[in-house]
Amino acid sequence: MSKQPQGGSPDSPKFEPQPRGARSRGDKPIDQAEAAERFLAAPRHQQQHDTRLWTLRQRRDDQMWAMPEWEEMRSLASAIKEHTLCHLDTYLETFEANAKANGVVVHWAKDAAEHNRIVLEVLQRRGARTLIKSKSMLTEECGLRADLAKAGVEVIETDLGERIQQLDDEDPSHVVVPAVHKLRSDVAKVFAATIGSDPDNDDPPYLAGAQRDATRPLILNAEAGMTGANFLVAETGAVVVCTNEGNADLCANVPDLHIVSAGIEKLVPRSEDLAIFVRMLSRSALGSPITQYTSHFRGPCRGGEMHVVLVDNGRSERLGMSEFWTSLKCIRCGACMNTCPVYRRSGGLSYGATYSGPIGLIIDPTFNARKYSNLPFASTLNGSCTNVCPVKINIHEQIYAWRKVLVSQHETPFVKRAAMKAAGALFARPAMYRAAIERTNDALASLPRFAIYNGLNAWGKNREMPHPPAETFHQWYARNRGAKP
Amino acid sequence: MSSRDAILASIRSNLPKIDRPLPALPEFDDGPSADLTEAFGKALARMGGRLLTPDPADDGRACIWGLIEHSWLVCSATPEVAGEVDLAKVADPRALADVDHAVVRACCGVAETGSVLLTDHDLKVNALAYLAQHLIVLLDPTDIVVNIHSAYARPEFRERRYAVFHSGPSATADIEGVLILGAQGVRSLSVLLAPRNASVPDQAQGAHSTQWGP
Repeated sequence: MSKQPQGGSPDSPKFEPQPRGARSRGDKPIDQAEAAERFLAAPRHQQQHDTRLWTLRQRRDDQMWAMPEWEEMRSLASAIKEHTLCHLDTYLETFEANAKANGVVVHWAKDAAEHNRIVLEVLQRRGARTLIKSKSMLTEECGLRADLAKAGVEVIETDLGERIQQLDDEDPSHVVVPAVHKLRSDVAKVFAATIGSDPDNDDPPYLAGAQRDATRPLILNAEAGMTGANFLVAETGAVVVCTNEGNADLCANVPDLHIVSAGIEKLVPRSEDLAIFVRMLSRSALGSPITQYTSHFRGPCRGGEMHVVLVDNGRSERLGMSEFWTSLKCIRCGACMNTCPVYRRSGGLSYGATYSGPIGLIIDPTFNARKYSNLPFASTLNGSCTNVCPVKINIHEQIYAWRKVLVSQHETPFVKRAAMKAAGALFARPAMYRAAIERTNDALASLPRFAIYNGLNAWGKNREMPHPPAETFHQWYARNRGAKP
Repeated sequence: MSSRDAILASIRSNLPKIDRPLPALPEFDDGPSADLTEAFGKALARMGGRLLTPDPADDGRACIWGLIEHSWLVCSATPEVAGEVDLAKVADPRALADVDHAVVRACCGVAETGSVLLTDHDLKVNALAYLAQHLIVLLDPTDIVVNIHSAYARPEFRERRYAVFHSGPSATADIEGVLILGAQGVRSLSVLLAPRNASVPDQAQGAHSTQWGP
């Protein structure tokens, strides 16, 4: 590890500014492709991102091959989740009763605003004005930090990646590795401006150490702590949190007030069910057999208080969507993101939504069908996301189903509709289709590059077109089988 | 209608009308490693922790001493090792902010993942295992179970307010995937194989002479 800045300091000719995410304007549809293009135009960022995530995917594969029961585990994980979701009302009541018996205060929030209000009330009742937090996608979904800031509560993220994103005033770009789209030079720049680290030192151990030193006093002085929840266990009332940094345990165990923010879909019925998910979560996410810390909170620390806020925010409604309810099985491992060629090459911030990548494509439209109407088209439908999903969500089929829903609701742009109409006309006439394919193959083989790789051909942007076959299948069949094409 | 009732009513009106039984779970321990201790040690090393096996002539004292000889502050949650902080008198976890080495005995180890299971009962003050710079865990080799399934069969998950698997030191790879140990919590995790000593007196008797340590 050299002391020489590897990412290039802002003055160095090697420096490449970090591409920013999608532009969000109210309810206007997010233009994922536009943001993706800017990410692709930053080759050092794009390559680091692609390589890093593909490495995680390969490590996941190594873990999978080392576990003969992997496919059986996936089936069990899916069955447990589906069973729980089909009895979600009773399992929530059981969880509530057991958590209360353990001395936990249980709250229910219909939506993001109610969640944020409850958290603020709990903090204010204790006079707490500083809150240390571990990473929680739900609090991102609810916009908690912004609401608490308005009320004068200082929130400090304690996960390194999430802290980098907080200090850079940017959303997390990935559910597991929030700052994966940043280079070390970007982090050095953020830390130099915010926590006073050496702007010319972008050595990752130095940067992580600087953040540790800067955050430790904030942890020791915080008046309240907050965590998310990876799982809730109905029969024991346990809240389970998985981290690698141990930061959730600091947030929950150092201040005497612990608030848990949990989606209602996080339930599992029995303690033993955890084994299935704990064995698969980190293997799927990072390719490690388990996270460094798997913590089970069943009650407050001695002398302290523990609160759990159960949040709906559209989940109960999604439960009633026959094509999409199984997206509630998601355990937020991020494996679908790591494997997705579109995600790896466009960056999580290009989706302009809390949840990015394949799982985001099928969750985000349930929050706002108009704003996220373009997202289900940011996929090649190759099915890799479905294959790696540890809880067997049919992600690529749901992406396709969302396209149909959004087109029927006219939530797609005119150009896409016109192109689809033309394609529909072509596919409806076999003779015309075959003629078109032959012409296209000939054209691809003989046209000069500028005629293929230009602004009019979106499929030729940033990648090579496939080599056209010497003949079509119909031509081959006619030649070899002698049938009339 | 309260939010609770509204959410439950919304769930009930949207429940999928299908039958999905809760499956019985196998233990997946048909082919356990012949040597659980060896498997445990290898798994722990992969997670960035280290397994210390004391010399047969030593009951662990030399091993522990080697780790804490130069420590500026030792805090022990087990009566088997003497520390310099009386955890019974710690009312605020922040008092442990300067601890260099923490020592605790684990309920069990997990061969599959190299994890040790710690509870509020073992730690006395939960934050000890995260505020300390280094964590030393005593583990009886007979307490090592095959895998995570067998670990979840243990009573701690129903009986303790806090139970946690530690599978290595605090770690992060959030900057370009570069692995860094000591992210927010302990910088190192050492697991020392040490049989539970039946002759160790409990703290009430306070017989320091039979304890290990400084």
